[in-house]
Amino acid sequence: MYPVKILLVDDEIPFVKTLTKRLSRRELNIITAFSGQEALAQLKKDPDIEIIVLDIKMPGMNGLRTLEEIKRDYPLVEVIILTGHSTVDSAIRGMRLGAFDYLVKPCDIDQLISRMQEATEKKRRLDEKWPD
Amino acid sequence: MAADKHYKSLMKSMFLIGVVVPLIPMVLVSGIILYQSRVSYKKEIRAHLEEVIQKSTEHIDRFLEDKLADISMMADTFNFQQLTDEFFLVEMLNRLQKHYGHVFSDLEVIDDEGVRVAYAGPHKSENPRHLKTDWYREAMSTGYVISHMPSGLADIPFIIIAVRKNKMEKDWVLRTGIDRDVFSRVVKETVTGRGGSAFIIDRDGQYQVGSIHHIDHGERSLMDFLGITEGARDIFMVQRTDGSGHKNIYVTGFLKGGDWALVYYQRASEAFSGLIKTEMIALTVILIVGLLIVANTLSLSKKMLRRIQQADKEKQKRSEQMFQTGKLASIGELAAGIAHEINNPVAIMVEEAGWIDDLLEEEEFQESKNLGEFRRALRQIRTQGERCKEITHKLLSFARKTDSRIETIRLNELIEDMVTISAKRARFSGIIINMEIKKDLPPIEVSPTELQQVLLNLINNALDAMEKKGGILSISARLEEDHVVIEVSDDGVGIPEDNISQIFDPFFTTKPVGKGTGLGLSICYGIIKKLGGEISVRSVIDKGSTFCIRLPLKGSGKNNVEEASRILNSQQ
Ligand SMILES: [Mg+2]
Repeated sequence: MYPVKILLVDDEIPFVKTLTKRLSRRELNIITAFSGQEALAQLKKDPDIEIIVLDIKMPGMNGLRTLEEIKRDYPLVEVIILTGHSTVDSAIRGMRLGAFDYLVKPCDIDQLISRMQEATEKKRRLDEKWPD
Repeated sequence: MAADKHYKSLMKSMFLIGVVVPLIPMVLVSGIILYQSRVSYKKEIRAHLEEVIQKSTEHIDRFLEDKLADISMMADTFNFQQLTDEFFLVEMLNRLQKHYGHVFSDLEVIDDEGVRVAYAGPHKSENPRHLKTDWYREAMSTGYVISHMPSGLADIPFIIIAVRKNKMEKDWVLRTGIDRDVFSRVVKETVTGRGGSAFIIDRDGQYQVGSIHHIDHGERSLMDFLGITEGARDIFMVQRTDGSGHKNIYVTGFLKGGDWALVYYQRASEAFSGLIKTEMIALTVILIVGLLIVANTLSLSKKMLRRIQQADKEKQKRSEQMFQTGKLASIGELAAGIAHEINNPVAIMVEEAGWIDDLLEEEEFQESKNLGEFRRALRQIRTQGERCKEITHKLLSFARKTDSRIETIRLNELIEDMVTISAKRARFSGIIINMEIKKDLPPIEVSPTELQQVLLNLINNALDAMEKKGGILSISARLEEDHVVIEVSDDGVGIPEDNISQIFDPFFTTKPVGKGTGLGLSICYGIIKKLGGEISVRSVIDKGSTFCIRLPLKGSGKNNVEEASRILNSQQ
């Protein structure tokens, strides 16, 4: 089943590009999107996406609304919030909307990867429970 | 100075209004009442005196008429022969004197020539001829007389009463003398008990009887002074100031068919003493009440002024405070704005550094002699990026601290949310979170963002304390009377005893430099105090720490910031 397919969503283009390079170097399969709409489009196109790393403060459709739509249409996809916007409120709302975890930028890459692994494990456990 | 002047004029107008408003109606009403009572009292006194004089004149008239009747009856009862017998006449006088006392001083029988025929009394030796005297002529013409005091003969000690009788075509006259002292006493008796004096004068102003000594009528004639006019018949009263400067009242009534005037006089101060006394009492009371009003108003306005000054001061202080909190709130907003934006560029820098670090793995760089330095510099960038994150976190805490809207919240949800946020980090450090929250906790009134911050702070501290070895984080909440008690316990490193007393002081920290500003627990302390609660700590080295928060169900939240920001908004 590995490697896992990860969608990286953030409006900060240099951040996405560099992080993509770093994660790809660690043999992770990364797809990118620079807005909420784009992320939803990617999801529609590619049903193999298992993990989404999502920014909150984005122009247009913000992260929380994107998360809401993702959880409505693809409840089994795990979402990790990674944002510079570190208010307790948005963290709470993210967690309530079903995010797997909430990380604040700048974030250690090893920590990010370990959360991705945990999220993947959880997802795969659930997939086994409810096979399509 | 301007304020002083303002307060002074305020005090002045308060005082004036306080005095004038009650005094004007008081003076008006009491003045009207006093005037009315004076008028009616004087009227009453006048009526009373007039009645007394009326009775006196009647009494004196009756007295004289009685005596005339006595003589007349004697003259009718006994004939001329009998009465000219001097023994009989003396006997008659004795009988009269026995009956009436010394009212009658003598008896005399006079023939039609005016010659004394018989006499009984003390002036026997004289042998007067009466032909030319007024009283004799009047008696002969009208049949009787009650004589005036003859002018120039004031030493005659009696009033003459005479009747004319007829004996065989020849007239004769029976005369008697009324003792002047006795008559004087009769006059006096009529006015006794009133304090004044009385006298009788005739139409010409000639003194007849009574006490006239105190009358100093100066250059005016007595009649003019007393206001007696030619045809006057009715009782009247005048008030005059006599020569010695005393105010007297004079009441005049007429008797003897208008021939005589009875004058009663009295000091005005004596006659109206009741009125004067009443007026004095009333004026004294008015004066005292006036003084009381003045004193009371003075003290009241002073008190009021002090209150106003105090209120002004407090208002000024409040508005200063409001301004301060308003400033704090806008700084908070600014801080939040910076904090929201700064992490993104920092994250990019840290990622770029990380990418260089990744690239240094490549073989071509392994030979570089500065590889160690590169690695160290990149690590430093990562560390400083973490530090930035820490700072923005603090900034946001500060911004949140300025958002202190009080709401009614469910504590269970709030604690669960905080645990959810921290759960991943706890699991990462091998920490188990144990929750013991009573399901039936009532809703409490707090600022949710502030309480969230406090709990997150305590949870993060607990996680820090157990980071190395893992452990159990216990969070409990229960109801104790009207307080909710929340406890956050860890079994981590604990706090040294020396530090416990300063743990809530600002800038006290045990974390390494760059790890914490030390503001966390002091902010918690401030928030809990502001919410009207208590925060305390128990700790044992290597056994762990327990932070305990007691919050009242009904918040005593002082909501300065909200008010301040409302004012700020309204000014925009
Ligand atoms: Mg963004």
